Amino acid sequence: MAQHNPQTIDELRGIISDACAGGGKLEITGGGTRAAFGAPNRAADQLSLKSFSGIIEYDPAELVLTAKAGTALAELNEAVSARGQAFAFEPFGATGSTIGGVIAAGVAGARRVSAGSARDHLLGFKGVSGRGEFFNAGSKVVKNVTGYDLPKLVCGSWGRLAALTEVSLKVLPRPPERLTLLWRGLADEAGFALMRAAMRQPVDVAAATHLPGQATLIRLDGFGPSVAARAAYLEASLASHGVPERLSEAEAAPLWAKAQEGAALPVESPLWRLSLPPRQAIAVIAPLLALGGHYVADWAGGLIWLTLDGHEDEIRHQAAAAGGHATLARAPEEMRARVPALHPQAPGIEALSRRVRRAFDPLGVFETNRFLDETNAD
Amino acid sequence: MSLKMPLPDQRVLARRDEIVAALRLIVPGEGVIDRPAELRAYETDGLTAYRQPPMVAVLPETVEQVAAVLRYCHRHGVKVVPRGSGTSLSGGALPLADAVLLAMGKFNKVLEVDYEDRLAVVQPGVSNLAITKAVEAEGFYYAPDPSSQIACSIGGNVAENSGGVHCLKYGLTTNNVLGVQLVTMDGEILRIGGKALDPAGLDLLGIIVGSEGLLGVVTEVTVRILPKPETARALLIGFPTVESAGQCVADTIAAGIIPAGMEMMDKPAIHAAEAFVNAGYPLDVEALLIVELDGPAVECDHLTGEVEAIARNNGAVTLRIARDDAERATFWAGRKAAFPAVGRISADYLCMDGTIPRAKLPHVLQRMREFSEQYGLGVANVFHAGDGNLHPLILYDASKPGELERAEEFGADILRLCVEVGGVLTGEHGVGVEKRDLMPAMFSEDDLRQQQRLKCAFDPDSLLNPGKVFPTLHRCAELGRMHVHHGALPFPELPRF
Repeated sequence: MAQHNPQTIDELRGIISDACAGGGKLEITGGGTRAAFGAPNRAADQLSLKSFSGIIEYDPAELVLTAKAGTALAELNEAVSARGQAFAFEPFGATGSTIGGVIAAGVAGARRVSAGSARDHLLGFKGVSGRGEFFNAGSKVVKNVTGYDLPKLVCGSWGRLAALTEVSLKVLPRPPERLTLLWRGLADEAGFALMRAAMRQPVDVAAATHLPGQATLIRLDGFGPSVAARAAYLEASLASHGVPERLSEAEAAPLWAKAQEGAALPVESPLWRLSLPPRQAIAVIAPLLALGGHYVADWAGGLIWLTLDGHEDEIRHQAAAAGGHATLARAPEEMRARVPALHPQAPGIEALSRRVRRAFDPLGVFETNRFLDETNAD
Repeated sequence: MSLKMPLPDQRVLARRDEIVAALRLIVPGEGVIDRPAELRAYETDGLTAYRQPPMVAVLPETVEQVAAVLRYCHRHGVKVVPRGSGTSLSGGALPLADAVLLAMGKFNKVLEVDYEDRLAVVQPGVSNLAITKAVEAEGFYYAPDPSSQIACSIGGNVAENSGGVHCLKYGLTTNNVLGVQLVTMDGEILRIGGKALDPAGLDLLGIIVGSEGLLGVVTEVTVRILPKPETARALLIGFPTVESAGQCVADTIAAGIIPAGMEMMDKPAIHAAEAFVNAGYPLDVEALLIVELDGPAVECDHLTGEVEAIARNNGAVTLRIARDDAERATFWAGRKAAFPAVGRISADYLCMDGTIPRAKLPHVLQRMREFSEQYGLGVANVFHAGDGNLHPLILYDASKPGELERAEEFGADILRLCVEVGGVLTGEHGVGVEKRDLMPAMFSEDDLRQQQRLKCAFDPDSLLNPGKVFPTLHRCAELGRMHVHHGALPFPELPRF
């Protein structure tokens, strides 16, 4: 399969137009760090956007950063950090991960529960559709309702709508202090109940994670005096759950890292990502743990990273019955060839989603069979 | 009316009686309104310069009725305009002479409140403020707070992606909605999103919010509710120049402070508001800032001190800190009444809604003063200063021939200026009919066609709320066409490798 590495927007348009004319397929790549997501052996040329790299515009006072989509996430994090700012959705990725890849995969870290996801922070983009047309959507200001909110739609679209060339993101001041309260040894039920109770308090909890058998973590972000007052308030209101330890940002970092993408779970088993109504989470995972599963909970119970061999139908059934869904985040090739990465949805939603994809990519040049739901183009 | 709406379909108008009869079979009793006198009640929304009674109004009570009405209209090629409370400032709910007006006011129940998962499931006709009222006893609230929150419906908020004074810190409607039940134009009932945070596939919810009633009719909404902050504190700060007020806003954000609200008013707005509500505003300043901080008392105290220092450093000439919630409410009273206050000093006014990069504020205000002289019309400015969202109020008198047209031209010049300096046509009011014909100032033909193709995925016959948002109606077949024949390349002008 060929490898395309366009240097200009016109070159990019030419490659996509050629694929349209010749019935070719294109897999858009950034850093390639999420290549093992979805079905293997995709019959497509690689279309790398790595050459679209660099910050275009960053004025900290406007709370907006515009960069080319192939810019490394690490470079952007460094740039905003140097000005005392941060992306509040806490995007993460392996070395080489690009901002375009983060957007396409809809990545968000622990603070997603309070600050929103990539979709809540992408203000605008430019890109080339599956028709080979260059277009612009959204804006470079933090408040805009002009036209359809296409930036939301491209977040988590996995490169099936357009090749992004430029993105504008909201940035926010980096909280000067991040304090973690840690409760040890809470059973699953108690840990989840603690997270929900914390979220109900008027203390603006930034993140809440439960590492089974180890720790339940509540994070408070903000100005020093405020964080101290909120921590005292939480300790008092959650006294029935026991007395927590207070950890500094550096002390707590290794624990938070364990929750990110299920990093602490067995690597030899398939990894699932369950998005659930938090209150249902225990009921969903209990039967899966009985089958030998392991998990960590993030987003106050709204996100479960689960490892379990086999039982894919049971996992999806349990998640869907609770009003959630299960994404296959990591698995051996054999399994990925057979089990769709994204949770199949109701027929009406699947059909509408397909029509929406066709609105950007009428001939299916970005449909590489990665998601096992591709059909022939209209 | 200077704006052209799609020409009424005479074949549909000729079948009016038959359509009314069919609708009565779906929605019995008083739910179908066809008497001209009663239809007048629906002839306009918050953009009162435009009026057009609908062919017929339908007030369904169940999702099955909504689906049946849409299915009937789809089959018979009848246009449909959805309506919430009719407070749109951009004409989003302006009826069409040959369309069914689908008024969702009877969907007025709070269906479920879940404090454990911090969400509420409500019908679309519930007012924005009623959601907060339903959950405040447990210490919760619904964050987006458009000025019309007493009246405006959550369904309308979803359609318009409504904002409010608190959206710099808490986001717009789109950041506070988890799911909807949506009926598409062909009568299919879909659940999009729900009680979980992330979508399973494409983020369809993200495009439905803010779609101005063009993609589907929302019949249920799941919103996030938040614990109410323990304390809120407000500062009222007067500045000798707009520039110094603007610099105070920039310095506040540079200090890492994101206030719950940060509002600016210019001199004409200050004077109009003060004359109306006696909020105690200083009258000898050029710009007034209201900064609201919320959180634990200790945080409010800490940040109040920081903001005060920043304000004094920028030459603030008056500075008051509200001693209690009553005084804080007084600070806000003038700002929240700014629109009706301006309504008192002028026969009519047009409320504009652009967003600009904040640094451009002095330049934009200067140009606005020049436009004001050029058109011979006054202008007062209120401004969501934290997020750069301007609301210039253009003063005119509709009874004077030509003044509405001049006011509209003035407004269009302001919005084009917003785009020119890197901003947008609308920050929170929506495009509707008001800014429809200005869309090409912000988007290229290709940009707009791509958005319209999305509309085609939901409503290929363009029956739902046509004539809004897009300046040119294209047939979906024409938009979908790709010119690929026998290996001939599209875009032959492009370099090949």
